[in-house]
Amino acid sequence: MTVRDLANIEEFKQVSDMTDTEITKVFCCDLLSIAMGKAPAGSAWVTVMANVNTLAVATLTDVACIILAEGVSLENDLIEKAKEEGIAVLKTDLSIFDSALLINKSL
Amino acid sequence: MAEVMELNYTISNEDFTRAGEASSDVKKKLKQLGVSPDAIRKVAIALYEGEINMIIHAYGGKITVTISEDAITLVLADKGPGIADVEKAMQAGFSTAPDKVRSLGFGAGMGLPNMKKNSDEMDIKTEIGVGTTVTMVIRI
Repeated sequence: MTVRDLANIEEFKQVSDMTDTEITKVFCCDLLSIAMGKAPAGSAWVTVMANVNTLAVATLTDVACIILAEGVSLENDLIEKAKEEGIAVLKTDLSIFDSALLINKSL
Repeated sequence: MAEVMELNYTISNEDFTRAGEASSDVKKKLKQLGVSPDAIRKVAIALYEGEINMIIHAYGGKITVTISEDAITLVLADKGPGIADVEKAMQAGFSTAPDKVRSLGFGAGMGLPNMKKNSDEMDIKTEIGVGTTVTMVIRI
């Protein structure tokens, strides 16, 4: 499943621009320190942490996309930054667990 | 790539919004040079952790990245407070980061362990009240 396919699932809403990157697995973590070391390249990263450093960690670890769970979203300037850097960001009202479960089922 | 290339960055104090700029830039350059994705990821992670550490603990500092034929060397030098107990600082989970930093998702005590994990060689020279220099080598 690609990031674009994920955005077509009803529960997930597009925040920045989508890509055709293939999602390889799901990764859940809110501590950026841990995500930095552990997020697999190509994974869909589910988190409630939505700050500028989340974007930096996503870029550096080469995750396929960020999914903001629990109704969290990005501030407008960060949406612009995500677009500039080509980072796909989605959001959902689901919990982290339910988001991850749904993505994993769809892989 | 017989030539040795050197990149220099200055990290400013307490500027979390700019953290990662040096790492991103190095990542882009290594991609252009055709370095393997695995080595690039290691460099990016090690350098970003270093950048964050400099911002949290050391009021900024200087980063020098040297790219040679067989290795990438990262030198992060600061004039910060120094590390009181390096052995303790190297333990996963040990952190002296303030709450403000933790609320941003950092300060889990993973920085130095992540840097060690992602580099082939790591050396820390530190003196209380003088500063710290971390040197990391990632072989390519």
